[in-house]
Amino acid sequence: MIRSTLTAAALGLGALTTPAAAQDAPDEILNVSYDIARELYAAINPAFIAQYEGETGQELTVDQSHAGSSKQARAILQGLQADLVTFNQVLDIQILADQGFVAEDWQEQFPNNASPYYSLPAFMVREGNPKDIQDWGDLVEEDVSVIFPNPKTSGNARYTYLAAWAYALEENDGDEEAARAFVDELLDHVEVFDTGGRGATTTFTERGIGDVLITFEAEVLNIVEETPGYEAVVPSQSLLAEFPVAVVERVADQRGSTEIARSYLDYLYSTEGQEIIAGFNNRVHDEAVVEANADRFPEVDLVTVEEVFGSWEEANETHFASGGELDRMLR
Amino acid sequence: MLRRTLIALAVLFAAVVIVLPVAAILSRAFAEGVGAWWAAVSDPETLQAVWLTVLTALIVLPLNILFGLCAAWAIARFRFPGRRALLILIEIPFAVSPIVAGLCFLLVYGAYGPVGGALQPYGLQLMFNLTGIVMVSLFVTCPFVVREVLPVLQVTGEDEEKAALTLGANGWQIFRHVTLPNVTWALVYGAILATARAIGEFGAVSVVSGAIRGQTMTLPLQIELLYNDYNTTGAFAAATLLTALALLTLVLRGAITAIHPAHGARP
Repeated sequence: MIRSTLTAAALGLGALTTPAAAQDAPDEILNVSYDIARELYAAINPAFIAQYEGETGQELTVDQSHAGSSKQARAILQGLQADLVTFNQVLDIQILADQGFVAEDWQEQFPNNASPYYSLPAFMVREGNPKDIQDWGDLVEEDVSVIFPNPKTSGNARYTYLAAWAYALEENDGDEEAARAFVDELLDHVEVFDTGGRGATTTFTERGIGDVLITFEAEVLNIVEETPGYEAVVPSQSLLAEFPVAVVERVADQRGSTEIARSYLDYLYSTEGQEIIAGFNNRVHDEAVVEANADRFPEVDLVTVEEVFGSWEEANETHFASGGELDRMLR
Repeated sequence: MLRRTLIALAVLFAAVVIVLPVAAILSRAFAEGVGAWWAAVSDPETLQAVWLTVLTALIVLPLNILFGLCAAWAIARFRFPGRRALLILIEIPFAVSPIVAGLCFLLVYGAYGPVGGALQPYGLQLMFNLTGIVMVSLFVTCPFVVREVLPVLQVTGEDEEKAALTLGANGWQIFRHVTLPNVTWALVYGAILATARAIGEFGAVSVVSGAIRGQTMTLPLQIELLYNDYNTTGAFAAATLLTALALLTLVLRGAITAIHPAHGARP
């Protein structure tokens, strides 16, 4: 009697204290992602689920959450149960790594800096390219009106700003003064500063303002495919925009979903996954897929933020922080 | 002359601020035909968002009525320390921006906040699910019932209740047969305003929702998502549903004004 009571008590205690890590792998995972990737992952998920079931026999559900990636990182820090993240800003995963949610060496855990696909700032012009805009230098011709969002508020525009700066450095053999003058002049050619990429696109397409819109190549190509009246122009040089991914180990380890989350991210690198991703106009690394899509993605010299500006932290500090280069130019 | 100018100004204002935007929603939603509208509206994710919005409103409603009545009654009928403070506290949700409210809830009830952190070892999660959405909806809507019921209680005074007391009624009987009938319409009116607010709430819900598709998206969040996705028809079709819910509360309000003009005349 006593023994059975004790056993029961021990079992009860055990049930209360056993960490969740002892659970079986769940059949549902949550991918927390950036705001405009909804359709991409709506296409990826069923394909991954089918492949995973074929391999393991387990039926999975993949849930999606989409919002601005900084907001998503904050939500995860406050307890949003993300098994993995697919973001469009390296810094937003770095924040998770700094707080111990993601492995410190997360960029080494998957190929290409843990970025299964990439894009770059490119131009969208009106049909026939009436102002003959081919490269960054053409943007500061006298009668050219440019549209991109405010780099103060938009991550998208920060890429544009830094890409222009990097181009001017290259053209002027690293002369900072010349680069500053070029970017300053480019900002003078911006007719409307919207707060975000979506607003800038609306200004260009629906309000009909501006000769050229600068945004990610993937977005330019999506619009050109769907709406007549526009053309894509890829400049000679641009800035690599990575789309980094990581397993949120603090959550996944607890839920027992680490292996599934890894399989999901591996799938993004598989030929099948890369094909789907390229179908949404993102550039990928898989050689077979790159070759098959060569006509859509013209060659371009890509520089990275790390090469030109040291790191994102330094670029933010120098250019976008209060009193930085951008503030002085806009004043 | 003055009269005409004023009327013209009022009509112009209403047209620019109210009629045109609502008309724009309808024209955009049906721009690709009724079939496209129906396809967008019957999308499972949009339907889930409608259901979550309605469910939230249905949970928040009785809690609001209960809290609103208790608080209004306590403030109107009793003198207690902290009474003025309570009165001011209840107004706070009107003054605080919803996004700030959402962030406060996240800091306190999130997995690493003082309350949320204490519950986490037990596997209880308050934010990024229905509980969180209900909690912030309660926060932004809790002043409405109190603000409607309290003035009525103060105007009617406690003479009738005292009379009932001398006639031998107990507390519940007094409340049920004397107090409640006096405030019924104020209560219903406050509840409708609160419900309309709960249905339309964006900022606070957006912070604590987690935006999980098909699970924690309310209708306003779904509209923003579709709009950012360049799914214009879908966004405006969902907006027609939200507008329809809002119009429904307007019709209810109108009905109350018709039945009970004295109350409806108040803002």
